[in-house]
Amino acid sequence: MINKIVQSMAEAMAGIRDGAVVLVGGFGSIGQPNALIEGLIEQGAKDLTVVANNSGVGYVGLAALLNTGRVRKIVCSFPRTADPVVFERLWREGKIELECVPQGTMAERMRAAGAGIPAFYTPTAVGTKLAAGKEEREIGGRKYILEEALHGDVALVEAWEADRWGNLTYNASARNFNPVMATAAKLTIVQSQHIVELGALDPEKIATPGIFVDRVLHVPYGEPMVT
Amino acid sequence: MNVKTAAKPMARREMAKRLADDIPEGWYVNLGIGAPLQVADFVPEAREVVFQSENGVLGMGPAPEPDKINRWLINAGKQYITLRTGGSYMHHADSFALIRGGHLDLCVLGAFQVAENGDIANWSTSDNESAPAVGGAMDLAAGARRIWVMMDHTTKTGESRLVRRCTYPLTAVAVVKRVYTNLAVLDVTDDGFAVREMVPGMTLDELQKVTDAPLRMAAIVRTANKGN
Repeated sequence: MINKIVQSMAEAMAGIRDGAVVLVGGFGSIGQPNALIEGLIEQGAKDLTVVANNSGVGYVGLAALLNTGRVRKIVCSFPRTADPVVFERLWREGKIELECVPQGTMAERMRAAGAGIPAFYTPTAVGTKLAAGKEEREIGGRKYILEEALHGDVALVEAWEADRWGNLTYNASARNFNPVMATAAKLTIVQSQHIVELGALDPEKIATPGIFVDRVLHVPYGEPMVT
Repeated sequence: MNVKTAAKPMARREMAKRLADDIPEGWYVNLGIGAPLQVADFVPEAREVVFQSENGVLGMGPAPEPDKINRWLINAGKQYITLRTGGSYMHHADSFALIRGGHLDLCVLGAFQVAENGDIANWSTSDNESAPAVGGAMDLAAGARRIWVMMDHTTKTGESRLVRRCTYPLTAVAVVKRVYTNLAVLDVTDDGFAVREMVPGMTLDELQKVTDAPLRMAAIVRTANKGN
């Protein structure tokens, strides 16, 4: 019997190594798997590279992880969300590396990773300083730059409903980066608001099929905090 | 503005209304974070324009009543929104595939500067700023079929935002098709900026005095709700 549902946070976090590339779902606080991030802090892996759209708000969730000093590098599109106090301090003190990636390029680099595409040409950022050092090529009269797939060792995902096969649904705009990150990592760990029986999810509504998911932890987290 | 003129600059909401008048029914539109979001307030519900938010929402509706907030439903500016009847959700890679793939009829962006060849600078004011933060600006600027910019004509200190060449870091090269400022509506053409209309009382000479890039009058006149 396939059963990806784990009973404890320790089980969910087992095996995450120092130096791992960790993909963290969410857009601001919405769809951000805060319980799993707290679990990762508890688990203690260090020298991490975190891939997330933003760099954390206040001192919770992603910001709390950064605040431990165990994140060597963050890959994100917009590190300056409402209250990025922790990131700003680390950045000022030179204690964190930042790779600023256009949001769509970031999403597509992970989509490519999950889809077995090593690199792709994109029009985004052509002629800007974010294209520095990247291969440029003209195709059909338009210029493109080459972007490489972005693989994760681990993806931390927040879902709305999950079954024991790891099939997932999401809630409204909390979907955001979660499905694409689930495809792009060797180990995909999910926190889900609800656990349902196998067969209870309408196949037409499953946004992430279970093949992309390794572990599911039931976390009835309630409403997300302010954005 | 240091020029003597009888003309009164438009307020931000007047600019939003002016731009909204040019969006025809049936267009799929992304509104950039900040002032451009106000454009949605001036598209009447009966004129079906579908607004996209790049965090995976197609068919964004107005802000919810305080007691009807869905805490999982925000826009790219991280404000609570509603979903219109007929709206849908998608994940980030699909959302940006839609953007990059040229499926949006229009994206309205704010900007620091627009150059006469359509270059736009709207994400960073310096090469040496603390932490660069681009968000989805470069994807939108490169991907939508049309880029219209909504911005003040000059900076607070009176410097022109319509320039020969951008001095701020670029967001995209030669993509802007039209600019709505608080003084004028201008097309970006192969021959630079062409003025479509000006606020009442303003002359081309007066407008040129507050504009770095050379201006000329456009051959076309304003036609609201036709879009092009």
